Amino acid sequence: MTSTHSLANGTASDGPGPAVTVRPLPAVPGGWELAVRAFRCWLVMYRRTWRSSVWSSVLGPLFYLGAMGYGLGSLVDRNGTAALGGVPYVVFVAPAVLVVQAMNTAISNAMFPVFGGIHWNKIYVAARATMLRPADIYRGHLLFIALRIAMNSACFVVIMAAFGLIKSVWAVALLPASVLLGFAFAAPVAAWAVTLRTQTPMNYVVRFGSIPLMLFSGTFFPVSSLPGWLRPLAYATPLWHGVALCRALSTGTVDAGAAAIHVGYLVVMAAIGLWWGSRTYYRRLYV
Amino acid sequence: MSRVATVRSPSSLYSFASAFFGASSLPGKAALRLIERHARFYRRMWLVVLSGAVEPLFYLFSVGVGVGGLIGTVTGPGGVPVPYKTFVAPGLLAVSALNGALNDSTFNVFGRLKWEKLYDAVLATPVGPGEVALGEIGWAVLRGLLYSVPFLVVMAALGLITSPWALLALPGAALISFAVAAVGVACTTFMRSWQDFEYVVLVSVPLFLFSGTFYPLSVYPHVIAVIVEWSPLYQGVVILRDLVLGYPSLSLLWRAAYLLLLGLAGLAVAGRRIARLLLV
Repeated sequence: MTSTHSLANGTASDGPGPAVTVRPLPAVPGGWELAVRAFRCWLVMYRRTWRSSVWSSVLGPLFYLGAMGYGLGSLVDRNGTAALGGVPYVVFVAPAVLVVQAMNTAISNAMFPVFGGIHWNKIYVAARATMLRPADIYRGHLLFIALRIAMNSACFVVIMAAFGLIKSVWAVALLPASVLLGFAFAAPVAAWAVTLRTQTPMNYVVRFGSIPLMLFSGTFFPVSSLPGWLRPLAYATPLWHGVALCRALSTGTVDAGAAAIHVGYLVVMAAIGLWWGSRTYYRRLYV
Repeated sequence: MSRVATVRSPSSLYSFASAFFGASSLPGKAALRLIERHARFYRRMWLVVLSGAVEPLFYLFSVGVGVGGLIGTVTGPGGVPVPYKTFVAPGLLAVSALNGALNDSTFNVFGRLKWEKLYDAVLATPVGPGEVALGEIGWAVLRGLLYSVPFLVVMAALGLITSPWALLALPGAALISFAVAAVGVACTTFMRSWQDFEYVVLVSVPLFLFSGTFYPLSVYPHVIAVIVEWSPLYQGVVILRDLVLGYPSLSLLWRAAYLLLLGLAGLAVAGRRIARLLLV
């Protein structure tokens, strides 16, 4: 075709050759459509690096289940299981390990790649040069993190089932619950990580955030064993809500009211994170 | 000569160490230069370095005190039942010695080797590749001690130390750090990219979880117990647990010799590999 002019009104009338129909530029897609494009970019990258992540994301939780659930459990169960709600220690711990790996996947994927998107491989800087808006970059990345959480959680749920650690049909809801918990962490953590100028604060989040959360949120021992003044703090953590929800689902002790509170807490946390992240990404990527 | 003297005079750590070790006769004294460099480099980041010491403490309070409340007593060294937190504390002391040494000798050494090109600069001076390896391992041991000394203090404050033999736990912890750091530096010289560090995690997590840190070896079937005996962390845990709880025996010397041998082998490999990678 010869005509390369862009014309506003339909057909090219000057010069020889056939008339060219010029369509108006497509409107900028709204909602999450552009976010899906950013998400597909992460998928392309992951297709080349997934092998190295499989080992640690699948085997890591399995190691914890073996050492804590079975090894330590053999010492705990000698004293009876009344404190654990009448289930063996490994059944008590397994849903907690599921939730902890969801949190860890969320936090590590929402911190280092986000920081790296600006400072290391600069994938955010590249994305900013396209029609993607900061909010699209943010949501696209969150979609990818949610996918990683879902993959790791699905693996672990299958492992739980294979080891006979699932005691109820409610367990079909373990996967969505685990993804919700991970998303509730990923949204605010990414919103925060994009604002960072140095990488040291991220180490503090792991040391003083995710490790204490993992150890004291009713995961390896019931919150009732904590000193009285620490208990309200543990009940206020998002991880405890995730642990309590998943433990109820896998042991079949679901209470509708309590489950609604857990889900509501995590949904609100995710929503606040999403709102905050649109703002921090906008400020960081448009300046 | 006078110029050399003016360069050397401000380095207080070096002059202290060389006076301490008998000055210039020390074979690896150039390694101290590298340690001094790291000490100066991390001076502004001491909080980051020190904050790594809290992780084993969190484990002590969670698993030792929290889960320990569900467990009660376990059979400790000498067949004597001890409270679970007393049992697990020396294990976590060994973990703190491992953590400090492993983080520095793998991630940081790789960064200096491939990204910062620190050793290219160092080897342009009279410092040799073997001394680079020795310096890095020495620094990692110091860092391991930086983690294990506060942990030992907390153990004493909580009344988890029941014997004066516990004083020997400090050199014991340093020995664990030495073995781990030497093997860590040696392995790091074979790493190709950051992706390979997934393997470090793949080794260190089971090492941490299954080396008799949290429960006695009797929990395992016999076959697995035999495999675990080869874990350097397991040997370190036994040394520290027997010392802290006051059951020293001659067999601890064999375990210590195993760790020392592992460390020396790592040191030799690390020096050769650094020479092969950088001195072409």
